[in-house]
Amino acid sequence: MECCGGNKLTEKQEKYYAPLQKILARYEKKERYLIPVLQEAQEEYGYLPEEILTNIASSLDLSLSQVYGVVTFYTQFHQEPRGKNIVRVCMGTACHVRGGDKVLTAIKDELGIESGETTKDLNFTLETVACIGACGLAPVIMINDSTHGRLTPEKVPEILSEFK
Amino acid sequence: MKDIIYRSHILICTGTGCTSSGAKKMRIALEDELAERNLNKEVKIIETGCHGFCEKGPIVVVYPEGVFYCEVKSEDIPELVEEHLLKGRIVERLLFKEPVTEENIPSYHDIQFYKKQERIVLSNCGKIDPENIDEYIALGGYEAVGKALSSMSQKDVIAEVKNSGLRGRGGGGFPTGLKWQFAHEAVSNKKYVICNADEGDPGAFMDRSLLEGDPHRVIEGMIIAGYAIGADEGYLYVRAEYPLAIKRLEKAISQAEDYGLLGDDLFSSGYNFKLHIKKGAGAFVCGEETALMASIEGKRGMPRPRPPYPANSGLWGKPTNINNVETYGNIPYIIKNGAEEYSKIGTENSKGTKVFALTGKINNTGLVEVPMGTTLREVIYDIGGGLGEGMKYKAVQTGGPSGGCITSEHLDLPIDYDSLLGVGAMMGSGGMVVMDDGTCMVDVARFFLNFTQSESCGKCTPCREGTKRMLEILERICEGEGEDGDIALLEDLAHHIKDTALCGLGQTAPNPVLSTLKYFRHEYEAHIFDHKCPAGVCKDLASAYLIDKETCVGCSICAKACPVDAITGTPKESYQIDDDICISCGVCASKCPVSAISQG
Ligand SMILES: Cc1cc2nc3c(=O)[nH]c(=O)nc-3n(C[C@H](O)[C@H](O)[C@H](O)COP(=O)(O)O)c2cc1C
Ligand code: FES
Repeated sequence: MECCGGNKLTEKQEKYYAPLQKILARYEKKERYLIPVLQEAQEEYGYLPEEILTNIASSLDLSLSQVYGVVTFYTQFHQEPRGKNIVRVCMGTACHVRGGDKVLTAIKDELGIESGETTKDLNFTLETVACIGACGLAPVIMINDSTHGRLTPEKVPEILSEFK
Repeated sequence: MKDIIYRSHILICTGTGCTSSGAKKMRIALEDELAERNLNKEVKIIETGCHGFCEKGPIVVVYPEGVFYCEVKSEDIPELVEEHLLKGRIVERLLFKEPVTEENIPSYHDIQFYKKQERIVLSNCGKIDPENIDEYIALGGYEAVGKALSSMSQKDVIAEVKNSGLRGRGGGGFPTGLKWQFAHEAVSNKKYVICNADEGDPGAFMDRSLLEGDPHRVIEGMIIAGYAIGADEGYLYVRAEYPLAIKRLEKAISQAEDYGLLGDDLFSSGYNFKLHIKKGAGAFVCGEETALMASIEGKRGMPRPRPPYPANSGLWGKPTNINNVETYGNIPYIIKNGAEEYSKIGTENSKGTKVFALTGKINNTGLVEVPMGTTLREVIYDIGGGLGEGMKYKAVQTGGPSGGCITSEHLDLPIDYDSLLGVGAMMGSGGMVVMDDGTCMVDVARFFLNFTQSESCGKCTPCREGTKRMLEILERICEGEGEDGDIALLEDLAHHIKDTALCGLGQTAPNPVLSTLKYFRHEYEAHIFDHKCPAGVCKDLASAYLIDKETCVGCSICAKACPVDAITGTPKESYQIDDDICISCGVCASKCPVSAISQG
């Protein structure tokens, strides 16, 4: 298999790129598929390192700068490795009014990281988001795909311990 | 195989709210319990979408009696099955208790929260299994599209929507029928229909609940729009943060395709229509229609100047009609029941109902649908059950980061598009955040500016730089560094940004500041001139806490709770707080069993 400038890939590289090739095979070479491809690639690799972006750019016939522009525009895309568990703390209006920042402080203390950071053991990444859409249960956090509502700072250690 | 006739149906809400309160676990417990008692051939479990009453979740409704149970945990299941399903007795303990009268209310329709609502868009939410198209059809679903395609011309459909008086529910309130007419009149061999499900306003979850609870209604509305303007392809642009909504839409689309409701030659009319889902990638500005289309095209989601409007040059330069989720959700009702029937609901210039997400310091948080023209007082006190104990109403914030706040003097204002604009707020997409005495309005303004500033796409200078400067001033004020002249500077900047920003994001970003300045100027002044935050929210201005010696019982709970060890004393006697160490976090006051601690 050939990639990026026609250099032969080592076996190890081939294995590394195989899932990406599978994703790309399902889409036509069109600009409109860039975002879905990036989303699926990130799901597969956890984040979007440069070599993956280069590969996507050449496969979709786009310039790397264009791909880079899209990746940096949308908050969903990440270029650094991320934790196994993603903790998203809602900083939306409803959560703000009901003490979301106190919950955030408690989580920062518990994990020892600031928002936007990942723990050293790569277990947790902490993020703040604008609204999770579960405002009725404010304050709310999301750990991976599950939502936890009606939180107080006191409940934080117990919830996080499930993921340790 | 013969269909089993069940004697009871148990509806469990598995919307996002109830799921996070443990609905899935409870469902498994219920399944096990039914199997154990050999009831699984007599009682059927149905997962539904949101009932709107998220505060009291998980919610369970048992039919045919229609008994409404709330906050049902897996531990409650054995009793529920034993009592209700076997012995036919209602489990009083799990009924909803009216906050004022403390009365137990067994039936849905008698609960105050639902009584004053009029559910058109949400009529099926919580009643049907959103993953089963047959249930939507059984309640009259897809009749409207059948009627439109077999007995109405494109112009008839547009006229009907125009006469209904429906206005866009995505915030702007533009007449929907007129928008369709523009797209219809545009000449092109290819047109598109888009549903805006980017719902980015913090504090809003109407669209999410509708998509999770009744996805086919939105799809039906889109097919009708597509027919009216002559489009054969549509896109649903959904936030990536809404995985459940995406899953249910995918399922709904594939079911509609199987039933021939999407695809070629619908209802033998020769009309073709197909639908795709596009997942957003986390950018608030993509809710703006031109940015949204750029995002579907695979580009950075940046807005462009209008005109040209999407109706003439939209997705890939083709005529495009873009509407909000709730707007499409109104269409089937209008086509089925007629414009005349629909326009009986609402006020002179705002017809129909509006769904609001009621949140903040209120007893019954949740989703409510009321006729336009309902007063704020009815929404907050009759439906929302008022504020929590000991809290005093200060304002409600509507319209999210583009909106403003409404104070108690306007509580009796009938809510519609124009009345809200008149008092410096706006309908927006429907978020309503209730605030009490403990909310600092300067902090709220800072909060919204922080949001818009970080979501600004950076394309135009007024928004990119202007919101940043405004935020800096607000931050200074909240930190106690405000100066004489700051208020005038904020107002000046606000007006410039409103007049010159490229898109709606920048044009409306100063609204929360202007609106809080209009009604709560004294709070800004207290921060700047007296170095005080009247609500006690801004940490740098908050005074230290004090322990009242007389009331203190010396339990030592506060000292143990204090995160900075500012509290010392002798057990069983009394404790005191060291002003210099205290960070005014308030943990001690919240823990004190005898309420001896207050802010000095
Ligand atoms: C910054 C910004 C964000 C917006 N976000 C949304 C949104 O999340 N959902 C929505 O339906 N409309 C949103 N809009 C409004 C859309 O641009 C557009 O007016 C709307 O989708 C039209 O549909 P309607 O006529 O049915 O209301 C937003 C506008 C701006 C300026
Ligand atoms: S504001 Fe936090 S979930 Fe909406």
